[in-house]
Amino acid sequence: MGTFLQLVVDGLATGSIYAALALAIVLVNQSTGMINFAQGGMAVLSAYIAYVLTGWGVPLILAIVGAVVVSFALGAVVERLLVRRFEGGDPDTAIVVTIGLLTLVTGVCAWIWGYNNILFPSLFPLDTVDVLGAVVSIRSIGTILTIVVIMVLLQVLFIGTKLGLALRAVSFNPQSAALSGLPVGRLLMVGWGLAAALGAVAGALVAPELTLTPGMLDTSLVYALAAVIIGGLNSPIGAVVAAWAIGVLENLASVYIPLIGHDLKVVVPFILVFVVLILRPQGLFGRKVVVRV
Amino acid sequence: MTLLELTDVTAFYGPVQVLDGVSLEVPDGGAVGILGANGAGKTTTLRAISGMVRAGGRIVFDGYDIRGSRPEQTAHLGIAHVPEGRGTVGQFTVRENLRMGAYLRRDRRGIAEDVEYCLDLFPQLRERISSHGGMLSGGEQQMLAIARAFMAKPRLLMLDEASLGLAPGTAKTVYESIRRLRLETGIALLVVEQNANLAFSLVDTATVLETGRSVLTGTSAELKGMDEIRRAYLGG
Repeated sequence: MGTFLQLVVDGLATGSIYAALALAIVLVNQSTGMINFAQGGMAVLSAYIAYVLTGWGVPLILAIVGAVVVSFALGAVVERLLVRRFEGGDPDTAIVVTIGLLTLVTGVCAWIWGYNNILFPSLFPLDTVDVLGAVVSIRSIGTILTIVVIMVLLQVLFIGTKLGLALRAVSFNPQSAALSGLPVGRLLMVGWGLAAALGAVAGALVAPELTLTPGMLDTSLVYALAAVIIGGLNSPIGAVVAAWAIGVLENLASVYIPLIGHDLKVVVPFILVFVVLILRPQGLFGRKVVVRV
Repeated sequence: MTLLELTDVTAFYGPVQVLDGVSLEVPDGGAVGILGANGAGKTTTLRAISGMVRAGGRIVFDGYDIRGSRPEQTAHLGIAHVPEGRGTVGQFTVRENLRMGAYLRRDRRGIAEDVEYCLDLFPQLRERISSHGGMLSGGEQQMLAIARAFMAKPRLLMLDEASLGLAPGTAKTVYESIRRLRLETGIALLVVEQNANLAFSLVDTATVLETGRSVLTGTSAELKGMDEIRRAYLGG
């Protein structure tokens, strides 16, 4: 029982990292209709920015806040100067552009900070607590709670606020949105900015555990994309639940299913993706778009 | 007083000239029609006014030269455009579409009142208030598009083929609601319409376009039954 609980909590903590990236991907998709493959790379850059700030003697929490703010600006600038040229065009082109952006950002990080692993301080204490026989680190609990808070905030933003309504309107029907007076260009920048800020949080959460490298989030991005597909592209709650499910199932499978073990646990999310896409193509929590003519 | 004045407006789609000297005037609170055959430039004229296509010539709204403005800027000045194909957000509920229409407004109470007014004007929308726009019938979508535009509290409402694809009875209902809207709010209208009877039931005056140029302007009474009108509609 202790082992089982341990695996579940650890899975939730890992899943929370995937969830943070998945939320950023949902955010970009909800506000621009695109899938940003560079989301992980941009989050790594944000983590490096936080690392540089701590190097200047800025307290960790302020360094992370600073990285979040800088990332917001960077995300907005990337949208305005790069992505804007490909919006409204062929979606395949836009995807290739974001993949190119991923390569570029990763390369820039490697160029400036090198490929060596860099230690990144943890936001949460490294102590553990004993819960029903399982050893749970405070860091896991902190990570999970952070994600829950962000998820709730995003859900409220999209459903309950005027800004959220405007962001979604621009992604669904930019022409109609502009005719209603929505500043389409600025809203697209805000969408990318918010997603990059969210990515910065993900980067800061994961960096202490994985140590900082340019490719730190490459694997997580794959899991995050799986979570977004399973949970539904338009549902923050769905993305988080799916990311948690992936983290937990992957952990459990690696221990309880000998065939999978540690080496093959990466296939778990893909099996889930296949099953979900066959049974419910819009994702577990996604809303199917039905249009009458 | 003149609310909107177009003088020799031109517009191109790439190298193709679509408008070649369109002139018209909409008085404050007036209702003006744009008539003409397919391809005469009716839709482009509306798009030039709201800033969806770039135009030459002079476009003056409420004393401001708005030529070259973007759609969000003309919306700010009080122009609401219901584009051909309706322009609602299919993924939004009726209520969300109306909220989006009121994006530029800050007066909470006024917005709530106008939502009530729209639901009163189009009772079908009240029954479907939580349905997604894409699930509505064609007539309901058109009503929603008009309501969405009205929620911005515009001074000029531009309608592009509001009867397109609707059953005759539904089209008539929609036009009756527009007439009521005009009567009760004093909003000015600029209307593109293929169905002559519907158009003349609504507008005071109309401009006839032929290959991107204004060729004739007159009151509904003068224009009804003229040869040019028959030509404009039949494209002869």
